[in-house]
Amino acid sequence: MAGTAVRGRLNAQGGQPLQPLTTAWQTATVESLADETPKVRTLTFELPHWPGHRAGQHLDVRLTADDGYQASREYSIATAPGEPVAITVERLDDGEVSPYLTEDVHPGDEIEIRGPVGGYFVWDPVDGGPLLLVAGGSGIVPLRAILRHRAREESPVPVRLLYSSRSWAEVIYRAELDQHVEGVTVIHTLTRQQPAGWQGYARRVDQRMLTEVAWSAAQAPLAYVCGPTSFVETVAAGLVALGYQEGRVKTERFGATGS
Amino acid sequence: MEPLEERALDGNAIGGLMLEVFGTEMTAATGTCGSCGTVGYVAEFAVYRPGLGTVVRCRHCDNALMVFVQVRGVTCVDTRGLASLS
Repeated sequence: MAGTAVRGRLNAQGGQPLQPLTTAWQTATVESLADETPKVRTLTFELPHWPGHRAGQHLDVRLTADDGYQASREYSIATAPGEPVAITVERLDDGEVSPYLTEDVHPGDEIEIRGPVGGYFVWDPVDGGPLLLVAGGSGIVPLRAILRHRAREESPVPVRLLYSSRSWAEVIYRAELDQHVEGVTVIHTLTRQQPAGWQGYARRVDQRMLTEVAWSAAQAPLAYVCGPTSFVETVAAGLVALGYQEGRVKTERFGATGS
Repeated sequence: MEPLEERALDGNAIGGLMLEVFGTEMTAATGTCGSCGTVGYVAEFAVYRPGLGTVVRCRHCDNALMVFVQVRGVTCVDTRGLASLS
């Protein structure tokens, strides 16, 4: 294990990496910032040594304080393979890293990044479908990368996206998801607050909602579920109860959100 | 599937840590619990970060499968709770 640390250091100083770049920390330059909601921001990076990523993967971000204290966090990559690398970060008020990324960072700033990471929660057109994507809050981020990848690759795989947000104002990528894409159906549920005249779902995802929205298990669907831990547990158990094969319900949990 | 505590993450979150330790992508690998014999994807393991390190537990019997601790920049891993990892 000591060798790992030493090789990592050599990587940062010498031009020639001694190990695959995914295991080494590299410096990313923040290229642009875009506000998605009042608490959520997308950061697009310039990464000269990026080896390329798959839809659904994440990257690790490491911040170092002046006194040497380091904190690292995982963030899903928000863009499709071939697009500039971006992450979408929700500010957690008691967070160590997200307040910096959503409030203090400016274009041109440098941030340490490692990745891409993950080979389980990933989708490629060859994996097929039909696809059921279920997102809670910022769990939409890796699923958006999958949707973009599907569009760029012109995959005909049909998709249903069930997306749970607290309110319409907190729907991340709202304009993008509003655009009609052939073969993609987006179903929102707004759990806390709904706009006047809202006709859609207005409660947390439950078994009845899954029964109404999800593809029939007979179609051998492939499901990707991402969100807070309790949300993912509910949805994954619900899909298995509908007859989905456990191995075809891929999950990613990001813990409690303090909501 | 047993309900997990709300603060539990899953094995996706330790992809970078495992990449550092094992030198390769491990979240799609499968592990066998040394206590109850359950076989599962690393990505589905329950992951806790109590502060001093990272504890990876079996979703079915709660056995500690792996423990990661960082000491002076070196990552130490105890995998004794796993019967196999491949």
